[in-house]
Amino acid sequence: MEALANLALGLQVAVSPENLMYCLIGVLLGTLIGVLPGIGTTATIAMLLPITFNLDPTSALIMLAGIYYGSQYGGSTTAILVNIPGEISSVVTALDGYQMARRGRAGPALAVAAVGSFVAGCFATLVIALAAPALAEVALKFGPAEYFSLMVLGLICATVLAHGSVIKAILMILVGLLIGIVGTDVNSGTLRFTFGVPELSDGVNIIALFMGMFGVAEIVANLEMRGTREVFTKSVGKLMPSRDEIRRSIFPILRGAGIGSALGILPGGGSILGAFSSYMIEKKMSSRPQEFGKGAIEGVAGPESANNAGAQTSFIPMLTLGIPGNAVMALMVGAMMIQGIAPGPQVMAERPQLFWGMIVSMWVGNLMLVILNLPLIGIWIRLLQVPYRLLFPSILVFMAIGVYSVNNNPMDLIIMAVFGVFGLACMKLGMEPAPLALGVVLGPLMEENLRRAMLLARGDPTVFLTRPISAGFIIASALVLVLLALPVLRKKREAVFQAEEAASP
Amino acid sequence: MRIASPQDFWSGLFFGGLGLFACIYAATQYNVGTALRMGPGYFPMAVGGLVALLGFVLLVRSLRVEGPPVPRILVRPIVMVVIATVAYGYLLKPLGLVAATMVVIVVSALGGHEFRWREALVLAVALAIFSVLVFVYALGLPLQLWPEALID
Repeated sequence: MEALANLALGLQVAVSPENLMYCLIGVLLGTLIGVLPGIGTTATIAMLLPITFNLDPTSALIMLAGIYYGSQYGGSTTAILVNIPGEISSVVTALDGYQMARRGRAGPALAVAAVGSFVAGCFATLVIALAAPALAEVALKFGPAEYFSLMVLGLICATVLAHGSVIKAILMILVGLLIGIVGTDVNSGTLRFTFGVPELSDGVNIIALFMGMFGVAEIVANLEMRGTREVFTKSVGKLMPSRDEIRRSIFPILRGAGIGSALGILPGGGSILGAFSSYMIEKKMSSRPQEFGKGAIEGVAGPESANNAGAQTSFIPMLTLGIPGNAVMALMVGAMMIQGIAPGPQVMAERPQLFWGMIVSMWVGNLMLVILNLPLIGIWIRLLQVPYRLLFPSILVFMAIGVYSVNNNPMDLIIMAVFGVFGLACMKLGMEPAPLALGVVLGPLMEENLRRAMLLARGDPTVFLTRPISAGFIIASALVLVLLALPVLRKKREAVFQAEEAASP
Repeated sequence: MRIASPQDFWSGLFFGGLGLFACIYAATQYNVGTALRMGPGYFPMAVGGLVALLGFVLLVRSLRVEGPPVPRILVRPIVMVVIATVAYGYLLKPLGLVAATMVVIVVSALGGHEFRWREALVLAVALAIFSVLVFVYALGLPLQLWPEALID
């Protein structure tokens, strides 16, 4: 019953006219940018982050959450209509969604994606309401040793989802940790790795880093490709799915909501894992697996629901433990810090209105997406037809204004440019930026907890194995690493990424 | 010596070198301390060491295990985008939002594979107007609109 009371409180906050407006703006802007091909969710949020600076924390977070699922929704639209997934979790949607569009069923594919996302969003909101308080309670008992081990587990899990070699992913995480500790050491006041640049004494500006690695690098990578896009503009037509399509979608949506919610909570999880699992399960359970990849509606309904549910439940570890599970959540942590809130178990107790208002606003935002976006599809399609040569200078200007407005300091633009070049180099070398982003945010937290844990244990490193919860996390991390090294699993993981590569042009 | 996997080879060299540098720099420039009382150098030294180690593993492996080549980097897009970004930071104050925005648009557009003067100029004007309306009037960012010299 407590859950209901909490949700009621959240509803009160979320439906205040002001917050409704910010939620709406967030959802619309998120979709708008998310629809644009070649700019992923992380870059979208980084780009729009500065417009929330002047809001009060609750409204700012509501708007950011709106931007997040709005951009995911926009990404699915692009995936279905142009076969260019805006981000990795829509890769799966593109497999069958695009094929449906080619067969003239783009409307029903978009409708099922929207409704599925909404149903999954409702379910995920409930999961958060039930799971978050319990997790926060457990987290309050965590000491520094537990936190450190949990972060180790989270970072190791993040490598499972990175493309390519595991060594490279771990390397990226570690480099991220190093970048994360640039700045003033809180314990001794020593300036570390600042090399005489005064702006670095507060650390590398996270927003500039994210926009460089995810925005600038993406733009340049897109400029290097000369792709032609096929937009199925005229064939969207009616949105209403046929009776048969509805019947075939119901269970995939429900299963997707469940799978996505569960996998979203995992460290290193988020929306991607859920979408892939849902697709594979639907394909296995279907009586006509041969239709998958050729426009099976189950292949849109399931993964779309799963990725939305996962996107929402991935807020749980971020909000209750203060540990981001993926790059988007890492950015959210940065956004909360800017608002003067340190994410962690205390947020729920100290600022229930912010916490529950944000949770319920996700549900409200999902409702807005269903109601608004289906009629607005015509506008999104027109946006898709804007040539990239007009789009990318505009995106660059918005990113530049955004980064500049954080501190009004030109140095931040140099940082953005440097990380743009670095991000491009990483892409060329087959290194994923997402694990690095996680490392950057977790770097200072890990160091702090490691120091404290060692101080409490009088310098005895076995503390991580003698405290039971901490030992559990360490053992789990070791298991994941061993599993990753097993040939059977390695092949399976590679197969998934190959399927993904085949799907993306 | 033949490099079987160029991507891994250069990754290993670059990141391994970076890690080695961080490790040595942290160990020599900062107080490392002990496991009980870690100094500011302890964590970066340890992490840098791990990076160096993994980089080295990658480097060795790249000599045996076949892998993809490093894709070519086109010079123009990255150079133009970087110039545009950095220029924006340093032009915003002296030139004002309107002119700085237009410079960024034209310079970055030069990085694309199709460049049309007229189109770029129209886009520049449109974006300048849009930025002024949205960022200055709607969001209230404290940005100057016109060149400093004109205001004085």
